[in-house]
Amino acid sequence: MEDFSFQHRARQRAGGTRQTAIIGVVASGNLEVLVERVLPDVECQLEIKTAAVGFGEVWNAVTADFVARYSPGGLKFSINDGGARPDTVSLRLAQAVRLIEEDGQ
Amino acid sequence: MLMSTNAETRGTTTTWRRGREARDARIEAGSRLARGKVVEARDATRLMEAVVRPGDRVCLEGDNQKQADLLSSALLAVDPAKVNGLHMVQSGVVLPEHLDLFDRGVAKRLDYAYSGPQSARIARMLFGGKIELGAVHTYLELFARYFIDLTPHVALIAAVSADREGNLYTGPNTEDTPTVVEATAFKDGVVIAQVNEIVDRVPRVDIPADRVHFIVEAEKPFFVEPLFTRDPAAITEGQILTAMLAIKGIYAPYGVQRLNHGIGFSTAAIELLLPTYGEKLGLKGKIASHFALNPHPALIPAIESGWVQQIHSFGSEVGMDEYIRARSDIYFTGPDGSLRSNRAFCQTAGLYACDMFIGSTLQIDLQGNSSTVTTSRIAGFGGAPNMGADARGRRHPSEPWLKAGGEADPQGSALLRRGRKLVVQIGETFGDKNVPLFVEKLDAITLAEKLNLELAPIMIYGDDVTHIVTEEGVANLLLCRDAVEREQAIRGVAGYTEVGRGRDRNMVERLRQRDVIRRPEDLGINPLDADRSMLAARSIKDLVHWSGGLYAPPSKFRNW
Repeated sequence: MEDFSFQHRARQRAGGTRQTAIIGVVASGNLEVLVERVLPDVECQLEIKTAAVGFGEVWNAVTADFVARYSPGGLKFSINDGGARPDTVSLRLAQAVRLIEEDGQ
Repeated sequence: MLMSTNAETRGTTTTWRRGREARDARIEAGSRLARGKVVEARDATRLMEAVVRPGDRVCLEGDNQKQADLLSSALLAVDPAKVNGLHMVQSGVVLPEHLDLFDRGVAKRLDYAYSGPQSARIARMLFGGKIELGAVHTYLELFARYFIDLTPHVALIAAVSADREGNLYTGPNTEDTPTVVEATAFKDGVVIAQVNEIVDRVPRVDIPADRVHFIVEAEKPFFVEPLFTRDPAAITEGQILTAMLAIKGIYAPYGVQRLNHGIGFSTAAIELLLPTYGEKLGLKGKIASHFALNPHPALIPAIESGWVQQIHSFGSEVGMDEYIRARSDIYFTGPDGSLRSNRAFCQTAGLYACDMFIGSTLQIDLQGNSSTVTTSRIAGFGGAPNMGADARGRRHPSEPWLKAGGEADPQGSALLRRGRKLVVQIGETFGDKNVPLFVEKLDAITLAEKLNLELAPIMIYGDDVTHIVTEEGVANLLLCRDAVEREQAIRGVAGYTEVGRGRDRNMVERLRQRDVIRRPEDLGINPLDADRSMLAARSIKDLVHWSGGLYAPPSKFRNW
């Protein structure tokens, strides 16, 4: 197990009004992402617990690209990772931000 | 000069029938073991020793799917003192016996096209010097050489049934048989067929009796490998996203109607998204209607939903026979109702009459060269190098072909400009066991250096590849104007592989502004749609339901 925490500045606040969303599953090669709208509008935080060890640099790159592409301001992501590949992580993060931007609770 | 040389080698009495006489002698030797044309299975090895001569070129029918397994065992059992040094010219090296022949010294030299299940062993044997390798061909290329410089002396083929005269019924898996027999029988070679049964009257004549010299009835049906079945249950969301990118980023804008799909989960995902995602995009009738394709079970939902008009097949697929029979509007079938496949014709169709080839690979380099060869596995290429190549002899226009040609050469005169076939490599940036799809140097080149090959075994050359699709986006290489742009377009969809992370970010962003690279968000793809609920079938059982119970999956795919 390894834990990482990344803080980023986002260009703008994530859209929508939904407060939380959750997507994915904790399984081998997969991950679960909980996203909460709890931070100031220009901040973004990602907390990662991963089963795989030694991928800090890749996590840093994946999360930095994600913030640059989607500008998820005001969101905190808690990630429970079962050793997913970077492409799966990118997809789940994109899905999480899309989900919280959608209408409804 | 040529004529006098011929006369010298032929001695004082010129004869032009030496091949015919040699063939007659072989047939006479074999006939001592036969009643009519029929040889008992227990005499099959003696038949080989009677008919096959040292150094012969032998085509042991190993197709993509159908295997002449009885005859390969019979050949393996010959006395190597009598039969040795054979030159095997066969499209598929699939059974262990195919390589055991080289271990025993029965065979020496090999020219082939595909070696899927034996890929690791063939690599070891090449390194160990057990096999003299001619070349790894594409199917159509090897078939062509059967008629020029690799004509078999003996062909060992497989059919479903034969009558007493030797008329053969090859059933749905006709595959390579007509081509192999044509080249052998009409050039003084001997054709030996193993059949599952001898009957009074064959359901249809696939091979006429006068091209068949001996028949051996096998105790069990010839082996067929279900190569084209992909279980929808194993398709990942990353593959679904990649498939959506292909549909929205390539199929739709080019209006691709005539195409070939390679094997793999990415293309299976595309097939299963047509009736759902494709329908939602309003693409029915506009894309994916005419295929050169094996009968992929994953295409059943699209066929049942009215997407597909016509499919011509290289071979059949285990479990699809009854479904094909019931859908003769879609498939090519004989008067008996069953599929008529033909690899040579279907490869020709894929080369000349399809506007797109889309398939996966194992490695892509910075120029877009692609290969499935790795240092420990030489899988061969099958049909991909042929269908994944621009047909320089093509002369008929079509919308996708002209559009692609225009993108590659916008300044050229429209009336003189060649079109381009869309050659698409699709895959996830990290493959099986997290092995990166993108590399600086192909293993194929390392292998060629180690084995002193004159040519690296490249599956698809970079200058034929028009698009690369990964979960990160679509790279359109037609729009790249120089090698630097091309390299950055490839790096720009290479994800978090080392190649991807080595990109020039500013240049990739500029390429994106020119639509050379298109991301899911550029194409308006909602990442939440990358969900397994989007697949028209999520299991093999779903495919059986879609087929109205006509698809009968092999037991290894049944988990209910």
